Amino acid sequence: MVLATTENTTASPARAGDFGPAVALSCRECGARYDLGPSFACIECFGPLEIAYEFGRVTRAQIAEGPTNIWRYRALLPVPADVTTKPNMAPGWTKLVKADNLARELGIRSLHIKDDSGNPTHSFKDRVVAIAVEAARNFGFHTLSCSSTGNLAGAVTAAAARAGLDACVFIPANLEEAKIVMASVYGGKLVGIEGTYDDVNRFCSELIGDELGDRWGFVNVNLRPYYAEGSKTLAYEIAEQLGWRIPDQVIVPVASGSQLTKIDKGFKELIALGLVEDRPYKIFAAQAEGCSPVSAAYKAGHDVIRPVKPDTIAKSLAIGNPADGPYVLDIARRTGGAVEDVTDAEIVEAIRLLARTEGIFAETAGGVTVGVLRKLVASGVLDPEAETVVLNTGDGLKTLDAVAGQARPTAVIRPSLDAFRTAIA
Amino acid sequence: MSVSVRIPTILRTYTGGAAEVNAEGATLRDVLQKLDADFPGIGARILDETGKIRRFVNVYVGDEDVRFADNLDTATPAGAQISIIPAVAGG
Repeated sequence: MVLATTENTTASPARAGDFGPAVALSCRECGARYDLGPSFACIECFGPLEIAYEFGRVTRAQIAEGPTNIWRYRALLPVPADVTTKPNMAPGWTKLVKADNLARELGIRSLHIKDDSGNPTHSFKDRVVAIAVEAARNFGFHTLSCSSTGNLAGAVTAAAARAGLDACVFIPANLEEAKIVMASVYGGKLVGIEGTYDDVNRFCSELIGDELGDRWGFVNVNLRPYYAEGSKTLAYEIAEQLGWRIPDQVIVPVASGSQLTKIDKGFKELIALGLVEDRPYKIFAAQAEGCSPVSAAYKAGHDVIRPVKPDTIAKSLAIGNPADGPYVLDIARRTGGAVEDVTDAEIVEAIRLLARTEGIFAETAGGVTVGVLRKLVASGVLDPEAETVVLNTGDGLKTLDAVAGQARPTAVIRPSLDAFRTAIA
Repeated sequence: MSVSVRIPTILRTYTGGAAEVNAEGATLRDVLQKLDADFPGIGARILDETGKIRRFVNVYVGDEDVRFADNLDTATPAGAQISIIPAVAGG
């Protein structure tokens, strides 16, 4: 096995701590293997590194005995068995809402919303950050950091506060006010960068090679292989909450594409371990039209993603150069799914539709998945008879501006019955 | 045209640990050729077998991703800073 070059000049040696069933880092492109370390790109081909495992025997009963958070799946994650004894945000085990009202409105037989707005900082990012915190501890990093479109920044500063680590996070300066507040209220440093998310990402990648970023754990850069594994827990929970069954169809929002690839990995692991029946499933990817490089490549039949400059209200999905985009194409095509996009107006309509039918207020990314669901049903691409799960990855309170202009009081009246009678006439 | 090239950590074994090196060339293609002449093997890490920039590498001339410009034919004016950066995941 090759010893990976560490991304931080004085980082702790590879395999500094206990990574549970994880045994190596493996390149998704060329298959080169490396010792576990704070590395994210293959020395041979720049391909993304991901965790390789040697799983022991894992049973449904063993999982069911675990806590009602992501650590019930710790035997499938790169974390030590005693992870539950350390301070952390304990995210996960969010509701899988049976969405009969929305299903009826759209003409679908069976629909669930996996609602990750119920996580501690109200987005799915708490899942990935929780795994990254363990890796940061293992490598002896003192500062937790990230490049972020907002949700991740809040998850990182909160998790660092709970774990007793310093935090310094980087965001595009023009983010939604609620996300700026959430990222700063937990303490640490919040730095707004003048530019897009891709500019922030580039800056963080350069910082990691500089002494300024020494001994820093950037959750989505040098800790990415560990961090990304947190998204597998969405797949595990969906299957377990359906009674240990993988649904026929899943709709996942795409920013970098990492979450979608890990949901696919999670399903495949459950099948390989014999925890669910081995049956086909389709994964559909959802983007906003104003930042839809993966959807454009899918529709054009291309394997290469051409980066774009984002312009959409779905800022949490506004990544113009998605690192895992090629894998999203592969998975959508392999499973028989598709990649679709919706306009900003359709996103807002979908947010209101989900709120009106199911009492779930989604952030703009949730509007993207529900909007794509509606579009795919209308176009006949999505089978309305098949069991479908749609992800809502965050809370609508974080992106109030998207709907604020359209969600207003029905009427403003004097406190009199006559005035009310007139108002509702 | 003399330009500076920022080297990512995973390629610094080729540059003797240097984080930034100088190179010459009127276009990115020329600069990468010169870089490979000075630090043999580094070119094949950045370009694939067909001579294109590998799909998980982002190259910037100044602040511009060369995929938005002319890829390997992007002009590299004197004093330009070139950055070679592995693709990273979202946030």
